Amino acid sequence: MSNTIPAKNVEVARKLKFNIYRHNPKDENSKPFFQTYEIDEADSMTLFIALSEIRENLDPTVQFDFVCRAGICGSCAMLVNGRPKLACRTLTKDLPSEVTLAPLPGFELIGDLSVNTGKWMRNMSEHLETWIHNKEKENFNVIEERMDPDKAEEIYELERCVECGCCIAACGTAQMRNDFVGAVGINQLARFSIDPRDDRDDAKFYEVLGTDEGVFGCMTLLGCDDMCPKELPLAQQIAYMRRKMAKAEV
Amino acid sequence: MQVIYSDALVIGGGLAGLRAAIGMKRRGHDPIVLSLVPPKRSHSAAAQGGMQASLGNTIKGEGDNEDVHFQDTVRGSDWGADQDVARMFVNTAPKAIRELAAWGVPWGRVRGGDHESVIDGKKVTLTEKKEAHGLIAARNFGGTQKWRTCYVSDGTGHSMLYTMSNQAIAENIPVVERAEAISLIHDGERCHGAIVRCLITGELTAYVAKATCIATGGFGRIYRTSTNAVINEGIGAAIALETGIAKLGNMEAVQFHPTGIFPAGILVTEGCRGDGGLLLDNKEHRFMPDYEPEKKELASRDVVSRCMETHIARGNGVQSRFGEHLWLDIRLLGKKHIEGKLREVKEICEYFLGVDPIKQLIPVRPAQHYSMGGVRTDYTGQSPTLKGLFSAGESACWDMHGFNRLGGNSVAETAVAGMIVGETMSEYLESDAGDIKVSTALVKDFLTKQEKELAGYANSKGNRNPFHVIREMQETMSKDVAIFRSEDRLNAAIEKLTELQRQVADIKVNSSAKGANPELMAAYRAPKMLKLALCVAQGALQRTESRGAHFREDYPLRDDANWLNRTLASWKEGDELPSLEYEQLDVKTMEYPPAWRGYGAKEWKEHPETAARQAEVDAVKEKLSDRFAIQNELMPYEHKLPELLRSRNERLGEKEGQ
Ligand SMILES: Cc1cc2nc3c(=O)[nH]c(=O)nc-3n(C[C@H](O)[C@H](O)[C@H](O)COP(=O)(O)OP(=O)(O)OC[C@H]3O[C@@H](n4cnc5c(N)ncnc54)[C@H](O)[C@@H]3O)c2cc1C
Ligand code: FES
Repeated sequence: MSNTIPAKNVEVARKLKFNIYRHNPKDENSKPFFQTYEIDEADSMTLFIALSEIRENLDPTVQFDFVCRAGICGSCAMLVNGRPKLACRTLTKDLPSEVTLAPLPGFELIGDLSVNTGKWMRNMSEHLETWIHNKEKENFNVIEERMDPDKAEEIYELERCVECGCCIAACGTAQMRNDFVGAVGINQLARFSIDPRDDRDDAKFYEVLGTDEGVFGCMTLLGCDDMCPKELPLAQQIAYMRRKMAKAEV
Repeated sequence: MQVIYSDALVIGGGLAGLRAAIGMKRRGHDPIVLSLVPPKRSHSAAAQGGMQASLGNTIKGEGDNEDVHFQDTVRGSDWGADQDVARMFVNTAPKAIRELAAWGVPWGRVRGGDHESVIDGKKVTLTEKKEAHGLIAARNFGGTQKWRTCYVSDGTGHSMLYTMSNQAIAENIPVVERAEAISLIHDGERCHGAIVRCLITGELTAYVAKATCIATGGFGRIYRTSTNAVINEGIGAAIALETGIAKLGNMEAVQFHPTGIFPAGILVTEGCRGDGGLLLDNKEHRFMPDYEPEKKELASRDVVSRCMETHIARGNGVQSRFGEHLWLDIRLLGKKHIEGKLREVKEICEYFLGVDPIKQLIPVRPAQHYSMGGVRTDYTGQSPTLKGLFSAGESACWDMHGFNRLGGNSVAETAVAGMIVGETMSEYLESDAGDIKVSTALVKDFLTKQEKELAGYANSKGNRNPFHVIREMQETMSKDVAIFRSEDRLNAAIEKLTELQRQVADIKVNSSAKGANPELMAAYRAPKMLKLALCVAQGALQRTESRGAHFREDYPLRDDANWLNRTLASWKEGDELPSLEYEQLDVKTMEYPPAWRGYGAKEWKEHPETAARQAEVDAVKEKLSDRFAIQNELMPYEHKLPELLRSRNERLGEKEGQ
């Protein structure tokens, strides 16, 4: 049983060149530009490790967001050579030696690679009311309501979204209209629509989804589905909700 | 001066903070929540394995109830826990999980009939009861007598946090994202809120509140190798310490998790071992039974971590370019199980190691994981020394974990403590104590002090890089204040940490960029983190015994005669070291007097009152048969719970009193 940690590029350490988008919107004099940094590649280096090294040793002013650094929290999405990705779980060995990093489009820029996905997601959540609507009073002293085990797993399948924003960055409609709820929003409502604990019916979902800001805005380019780092079945969910909404309309 | 007033300021938007805020809102108060990041990105999202609650629905959980959960928790704590609090906790955990179920968490459910499982390395068939079909299921975790850890595949924390956060949005609770509390406002007796720095604009604002709750999570980032998120720097606990009045409890109790993937330190859940995964050495020999014949891979975390490090020290580690490690083997669980219930684990292995855990072994080594210590509170969640200051979740030493927390008991704590503290803070707000008379001059003093301090880094004469100060601290902690501790190493660590503390004066911030300014952030966090590190190291040096996760090579026995107590650390302004004092635990009132944990060292130094108390306990058990009556006779606690949470928990097939 041979089992070693992958160790490509060990003998010949590469020099990595990072072109990083720089802009500080808080500073009236700041104009966007790309700044270049060079570092030595290390084993199992991720973009988290690389960017931390740049900040610790080369330039303490570079802004970027990492929280879990383990691909779980969705904080670190950015454009890596033009494609939206979770930077923390992108290994440099899978990239060419020259890497261009830019902030996710479609969100307010905080600075450099850092964007305000939180504000966007809270708006989406308030607009779509992404929580269980249930008129019955909860009673936590008695045995819980039963749920079919398959149903629970089906809900979790859709709930795995980490609100990283990659689907919005990859979406033609979202780039053109900033009120589009995007795959992230449609998927979340799909999650609540299959949840037996939620009282809302299709007509209720139609109010927020049966519009151009909702499913009918989607141009079916399916960038969302290609780019979702959690591999959520987004195309399927959009089609599903669209069919449901088309029926609800008649 | 920008001032924002509210009923309650909740610092922290993880599970604990959000649940506390929801509780207050539901009682008609107006809380504001602060968070460094969007709340759904809080570290709670990373919990994979599960949440303990004694529902007893599965066949391996049959017979579970509050009493068994209580025993496991106290035993797990190595008798360091506050037993009243542990009781309050176990009674509320089933309520917390059922509430979360009603709010939308898709808990894994029991499937009636036969299913395959792996126990002790062997495939077995378990038959679930038909009546339990569709109720919340549970998996096995370390240190528990019953299968009690409820889960959502291996995304338990994610599901819980999304549900909790959505619920907070539903209840219209304002959450100020990208805001950092950097100092508490207080008058020496009472807390009045906090000075908060906006991490987008860099501006300071005073948040004045009648009650303040610190729910800022753990401080794992004072260590180099940690499973914690990079935001877990402990600033919440540090600003409590910096008041000089609030105290931190049991800071030396730091948990290491056996299965951090090597070398990154990213966690793979205890569910791997719970579900039947094994630990192997360089000869692919399963070594845990050699050290721990009773519980093997499922002894508590401190025990497994020490066995692993000992096994490596004896020359059985796997050599690699980064140092030595051991293997975690989950291949025997099969493709379906791994791709379903352990998918997050599979992703982590693929993305960070390039390993396919269905076919290959996972390199692991223990990594810092959990902070048992934190802001000392009483059972209501309030600081006994600084009124109006509360704390909940990992940031608190409320003290149900004592010196070692059991897996699955932490997210349970966040929800439970959030429920309890939400109620007790509401009671505080509704009482006379909640009235506030704070002068604007006081608020202004605190604001000005912070402004000056931040400006100071730019004007410094030195040239020390704050990121490097933090890194040296982390390396010191990981090297000398970790799993095995001794007087020599702790003294060396304290010397190094105090030296770093002196160098704080030489920290220079070169950039005057408006906005977030990461260099400035590192600069003002460094001295705060160093204070926490010194509380840990100094507490560990003074505690000349081994208890739970605190292990002294030079004092390997648990010493109840001298150390059945809680360390309290406070910090006087200008001092180089924390002041330590000790709070005794009272054996005479314990429901569960100290004994052997059932794993780990079999010897300890007994407390002189243990035998007498044990005799009393035995006599009561002899006399009474109803479990609630026995409990109430031994250690009445119900009156300590907020009224809302006092009732009993219904269970399948359980009759009153059995
Ligand atoms: C990898 C991993 C896996 C785990 N798995 C499990 C498990 O399976 N079961 C289990 O029971 N436990 C588990 N735990 C432990 C558990 O996840 C945590 O203890 C728990 O989630 C902590 O929740 P919390 O609400 O106290 O804090 P957190 O979720 O850490 O939230 C802290 C909040 O405080 C905010 N904050 C911090 N400082 C400031 C400041 N100065 N100003 C303003 N806001 C601030 C942050 O933004 C954040 O919102 C795990 C831990 C790790 C590291
Ligand atoms: S930092 Fe959490 S997903 Fe990348």
